Amino acid sequence: MAALRNDDAALTAGTDPVPAVRRRRRIGWGYFGRRALMSLESFLVTLVIGFIVFSLVPSDPAQSLARAQSVTPEQMADLRAQLGLDQSIVVRFFHFLRNVLTGNFGYSWEYRQSVGSLIGSAIGPTLLLMGTATLISVALGLWLGVRAGWKPGSKFDRFWTGTAVTLWSVPTFWLGMMLLVVFSIGVGPIPSLFPAGGMSDPTVDGHGIAHILDVAHHLVLPCLTLVAVTFAQNLMIMRSSLVDELGNAYLTTARAKGLRDAEVRQRHAVPNAMLPAITVIFLQVGGLVGGAIVTETVFSWPGLGLLVYNGIKIPDLPLLEGTFVIFSGSVIVFNLIADLLYRVLDPRVQG
Amino acid sequence: MTDSVPDAVDARVAASAPPLGRPPARFAGLRRRAVQFFTMPTGFFGAAILVIVIGTALFAPLIVSPADLDVTKVSGPSLNPPLAGYPLGTDQAGRSVLDLVIWGTRSSLVVGLIATALTVVVGTTIGLVAGHYGGWISRLLMQVTDWFIALPGLPLAISLAAVLGQGNASIIIAIAVTSWTGTARLVRAQTLAVSARPFVERAKALGAGDGQVMRRQILPSVVPIVLVTSTLKIADSILSAATLTFLGLGNPMDVSWGSILNSALGQGALTAGAWWYLIPPGVAILIVVLGFTLCGRALETIINPRTETAR
Repeated sequence: MAALRNDDAALTAGTDPVPAVRRRRRIGWGYFGRRALMSLESFLVTLVIGFIVFSLVPSDPAQSLARAQSVTPEQMADLRAQLGLDQSIVVRFFHFLRNVLTGNFGYSWEYRQSVGSLIGSAIGPTLLLMGTATLISVALGLWLGVRAGWKPGSKFDRFWTGTAVTLWSVPTFWLGMMLLVVFSIGVGPIPSLFPAGGMSDPTVDGHGIAHILDVAHHLVLPCLTLVAVTFAQNLMIMRSSLVDELGNAYLTTARAKGLRDAEVRQRHAVPNAMLPAITVIFLQVGGLVGGAIVTETVFSWPGLGLLVYNGIKIPDLPLLEGTFVIFSGSVIVFNLIADLLYRVLDPRVQG
Repeated sequence: MTDSVPDAVDARVAASAPPLGRPPARFAGLRRRAVQFFTMPTGFFGAAILVIVIGTALFAPLIVSPADLDVTKVSGPSLNPPLAGYPLGTDQAGRSVLDLVIWGTRSSLVVGLIATALTVVVGTTIGLVAGHYGGWISRLLMQVTDWFIALPGLPLAISLAAVLGQGNASIIIAIAVTSWTGTARLVRAQTLAVSARPFVERAKALGAGDGQVMRRQILPSVVPIVLVTSTLKIADSILSAATLTFLGLGNPMDVSWGSILNSALGQGALTAGAWWYLIPPGVAILIVVLGFTLCGRALETIINPRTETAR
């Protein structure tokens, strides 16, 4: 899935104007404070945008909620009061703000329980899936990117760049379904190797090593799907950033000192090329969120993405609102980390 | 609009006719660019793919009749692998998968194209206004752009489409709202560059108003690069539309590649291991995305000023 990723965010990472003033190589608290304030402001704006989106409901949500049963006008008014629809939009916004800040997202219409507790129990599986996939995708992408970028145009470079870019343009949900059919249901001679969905098998003991192995077994296919569609970005970033270093004089110096090719690469070129790569990787979290939603849907992985999918049909607005706030909040936090990391790592960008 | 592909093709045809005198300079330039486009492997194959796909969409009603898609009127076996008469197998209701994929081309393409058009119009307007007026208007608009860039695209699109209700209109709006930022930035940068040129100053000196300067002077110089990037954006939009439809946000009565995969997930084709039902719509998405990406890359090479000077 190439779209709906925060490509723009990734592109702007390195293009901030470099401040002229140079300081000591660490982030001052003043800078940290200002940047944190900016993130807070960004989060508030996100809440406003979210509130506007969820106020756009063309039909009366109370009506669509009550569509199934026949309700009396009094019950209807009661429902509207419960949903807070009888108040003015400004009052509703401040209610919404207060609720978000206290972690109270209301009651899910689909699950009939508090959105907060739903999110609380779904956040672990999502973190497990996204964390594992990100680690593998970053390690694989960087490793392949270094080898491809060190000898651009080589067979290795062309093969892996081609593979990565092809996989990147494959729709995530489709790749997931194909993997599921081939490796879980089994096609032709291929037996069923992995479970078709969920996170654990109820017949397996819920504790200890057996449980961990069971979850890992369930994790393989969703994780593979996410890694396959995301490692291309890491590979391309690392590759181009290493290619930029290739012509530099300090590499010639290192070679002249008699270092072996691998040493020149690992000790001299890679550390410099890592800088832009690391920060851009942190900026990709927004894109990964989208991939996680569809992957969890395909594999019924009991995380936030599956909640979103199950909330679409009704549509379960409190649930969608809660997950939207969580997703945007985490993206903003990761953007903040990326920005601060860049300041710490790169002595040229201080100020 | 002189650089769009159909015009370029027309110009080539026109220019290949014996000219009375020298052809006007602008048509010579167009012909040169069209020749360049079609001699590039990316341009040639991209255009060939798009001609086939658009042809399929246009002629779909001749190949597939509504009765072939009506679950109550079809007589094929349920979820059957490819067999005689059903070269790509059948779905749960006994419809031919080939018919579904051919018919799905229409909706998938139309939604992608309209969403891209809306994205480009919104992005261009905001970028043009921000670049032309400058000052606080520019700062405000660019701040809004930055806020939207920081939002996670898919959750916002899902929320928006879910709130507006199932259907293609919701999907189109959701895509436009989440993807106009790139165009806005590009157009703003381009507007700033063009505004510094003497002909804009001349128009202002002659008394042209803001609206006229934007429409008559700046817009024509911005359009070529916007068209190139929107070719690439169509690929993104088609993918996004397929994803949103797959998640169940599309019109349930509509047949599109995303909705075929949605019913594969929801109605047990997945657990039945019906690979013949999954492969065709996915491959169709890949081919279309490839076609638009190749064309976009070829146009980019032609229009890029760096390659222009290198020639």
